[in-house]
Amino acid sequence: MTITPEGDLQSIPALLARNVRQFGSRAAYREKEFGIWQSWTWAEAAEEIEALAMGLLALGLEPGDHLAIIGRNRPALYWSFVAAQKCGAVPVALYQDASAEEMAYVLEHCGARFVICGDQEQVDKVIDVQESVQGIDQIIYVDKRGLRKYDHTHMNAYADVQAEGRAGHHRLEPVMREREAKLGYDDTCVMLYTSGTTGKPKGVVLSNRNIIETSKNSAAFDHLTENEEILAYLPLAWVGDFIFSVGQAMWAGFCVNCPESPDTMMTDLREIGPTYYFAPPRVFETQLTNVMIRMEDAGRLKKWLFDRYMAHARRVGPSILDGKPVSAGDKLKYRLGELFIYGPLKNTLGFSRVRVGYTAGEAIGPEIFDFYRSLGINLKQLYGQTEASVFITQQPDNGVRADTVGVASPGVELKIGDNGEVYYRSPGVFVEYYKNAESTASTKDAEGWVATGDAGFIEAETGHLRIIDRAKDVAKLADGRMFAPKYVENKLKFYPNILEAVVIGAGRDRCCAMINIDLGAVGNWAERNNISYASYQELAGHPRVLNMIQEHVEEVNASIAEDKMLSGCQVHRFLVLHKELDADDGELTRTQKVRRGVIAEKFNDLVDALYGGADSIYTETEVTYEDGRKGKIKATLELRDAKVVSTGEKVAAE
Amino acid sequence: MLDGQDSTITEDGRTIGGVMMEMKNITLRFGGVVAIKDISFDIREGEIRAIIGPNGAGKSSMLNVISGFYNPQEGEVWFHGAKRPPMKPYEVARQGIARTFQNIALFEGMSVLDNIMTGRLGFMKSGMLSQAIWWGKAEREETENREAVEKIIDFLEIQNIRKTPVGRLPYGLKKRVELGRALAAEPKLLLLDEPMAGMNVEEKEDMSRFILDVNDEYGTTIALIEHDMGVVMDLSDRVVVMDYGKKIGDGTPDEVRNNQDVIDAYLGVAHD
Repeated sequence: MTITPEGDLQSIPALLARNVRQFGSRAAYREKEFGIWQSWTWAEAAEEIEALAMGLLALGLEPGDHLAIIGRNRPALYWSFVAAQKCGAVPVALYQDASAEEMAYVLEHCGARFVICGDQEQVDKVIDVQESVQGIDQIIYVDKRGLRKYDHTHMNAYADVQAEGRAGHHRLEPVMREREAKLGYDDTCVMLYTSGTTGKPKGVVLSNRNIIETSKNSAAFDHLTENEEILAYLPLAWVGDFIFSVGQAMWAGFCVNCPESPDTMMTDLREIGPTYYFAPPRVFETQLTNVMIRMEDAGRLKKWLFDRYMAHARRVGPSILDGKPVSAGDKLKYRLGELFIYGPLKNTLGFSRVRVGYTAGEAIGPEIFDFYRSLGINLKQLYGQTEASVFITQQPDNGVRADTVGVASPGVELKIGDNGEVYYRSPGVFVEYYKNAESTASTKDAEGWVATGDAGFIEAETGHLRIIDRAKDVAKLADGRMFAPKYVENKLKFYPNILEAVVIGAGRDRCCAMINIDLGAVGNWAERNNISYASYQELAGHPRVLNMIQEHVEEVNASIAEDKMLSGCQVHRFLVLHKELDADDGELTRTQKVRRGVIAEKFNDLVDALYGGADSIYTETEVTYEDGRKGKIKATLELRDAKVVSTGEKVAAE
Repeated sequence: MLDGQDSTITEDGRTIGGVMMEMKNITLRFGGVVAIKDISFDIREGEIRAIIGPNGAGKSSMLNVISGFYNPQEGEVWFHGAKRPPMKPYEVARQGIARTFQNIALFEGMSVLDNIMTGRLGFMKSGMLSQAIWWGKAEREETENREAVEKIIDFLEIQNIRKTPVGRLPYGLKKRVELGRALAAEPKLLLLDEPMAGMNVEEKEDMSRFILDVNDEYGTTIALIEHDMGVVMDLSDRVVVMDYGKKIGDGTPDEVRNNQDVIDAYLGVAHD
């Protein structure tokens, strides 16, 4: 691979121009539409982007304007980022499943003048927003369906904007070239909003330097070349997708594939067979659960073969992947397994060609992690943040472990604060929070060190970073013992039957937990055990389900008791929630992280009951349906005590 | 109002044209049973026309008269300004009229794609031999038809079940596939027989959206039978009300809602 020195490569448009020169006829973008993979070469993509940029100029996009982008992963929206940059404007991506109110906040905060929407659903939300937010000048939409009758005085179809740009290129091209030439390394590349686990979302300003340096370093770390294929299916507004599908794709010149619809993701994954793949732990978990469920239904011989070879893979697979010595017999058996089991299985999952796979965002269960690695899939963990342009630490190819998040990424310095909080400094460190100097100052100090908000420690012998919990969530129990809820929740969530768990205990004498079952896994288990149920709520309250969850909780207690620092975090009482925690109800963030404050407040009757000692409690909970209507769920929940391991003697014994 | 022959613009900006189909004094008997008695109404180009009425009112029989499945003993059917002679259903289909059924009539063992493909039958002209060896004209035709079908799959948002056998689909999706097959024939007039029967609220909302979108995007005229009053009143431009084979009301949803005969016969007598 030959990449010209970065002297003049100081912006994404500059990288695009380089890619057109070097890889002009290679595929840059693909999207499945009408049942066929449509593709665009770098040269064709650049033409589309320029047409859009010129069209935006014709509509009056000015340097420094903010252009919001809302929709699912489609080439047209990825082009919008670059087109905005070519006009000297700042692209801002929004979560497509956000409600109109959530969008209103972001659109008002960044003062977006232009909004590019994927389809009618997004346009409708923006029109709602316009009632309260002034300053949105133009709405542009990609998919024309259902929009013909709308008032078009300030609205245009994407293709029409491009057509106008093409028609006026004599007039507009010089303007575009001039603005493009002015883009500097420290100009804003993109603005992305944090998901807001606490409080309002903050607009993270990332410069060209942040994005390009990070992309360059991380591409080198994993030897990414123009031959990679990735599937772009994670939210556009998430910094990870921006780095993978825009930053790294532009830097290394590889192809970005967009699925046909969110529901066809798995089929599309199989068809593309990406070489570089990212998924949050939840996706890996779901896939593994599906495989296991389907194997339960398979014939005897197949099941036997599968179990036998998977056991072998678990034993030697990870070593083979890490290049450690393995006996010739084991190697031969692994090869046979590859032929009969692993190969076909990887093909079914769409992982035949994965060279580098990452997971992040949450802790991944060791069994899940090992399952994929034993198949020969190079799955690794990374630790990152929007403020760091993703990468803080990542695992190198030969240093992969389930319990750490890896070593400092190239160019990143780490330090641990006095309170155990992790700090970092890197070329990827964000410029500022937009219009929020106060938060910027409290997060980033004068020397450029950024507080992650996570508590952790660096292993002395290996240099690997281990994260314990959110720093602000790490608290003390009433008797002064350490309380790290996330640590316990992760252990609980490693059981496929448990989708989500919330552990409470800060300032109290003991810990209690609220648990969400995984409808897929528990539902399948119920089916196999002839347990009938009519609703999620009924299944969640079934005595046998409660017994099963109780066993899981007690096993977790036993494992926590072994860690003397955290043994106080054992779960004394628990309940299984009657509804799934949902971002629409504000209980999770849009990136599916639990919002403790909201949950504690909303379910305070349940929390009181857990500590009050009652055996059951009647509760009513407000829920929001997808279309914004509200309703109530009523339920009587059973509260159970779980066995805890007494640690008194243990401490004494030590 | 929609009385004149000239095109009318409705509140939401749709254009409704002149009369496309006119039923004149239709009477349909099965032996001694009179299913439809002396009914006249028209369907105008681009409109959504609903036929409502209690069970056994003769709604489905009326749809079957339009689709050529039944030939009425008395009365005339005028289509595009010409009187229609008695016809076989396939001849009616060739005139640009497609339908869906009250009880789903799909090929359960075939995939969604293949089912919708059958709706393109009228566009396949190549001979059996060339189709068998898939050569020349047959190959070109299949490509063209597949393109048309893929557009419909995209339109109805069923990409994820493209290759799934219809037998494995839930009811609501089967209904959507059936709509897809009717659309594949590129009809001018689409007849929907209880498109929302047995659906839950969410499925009904989806289906309503698709019906409005079909009307809007393809400009298809739609005649539908439906039980759900809310749906009918929201969707349709004009409503014909039937009871015991007779027409008891005809007009906009508001007119029908305030028509005393309709209230008495169908919606129940209003109490003070």
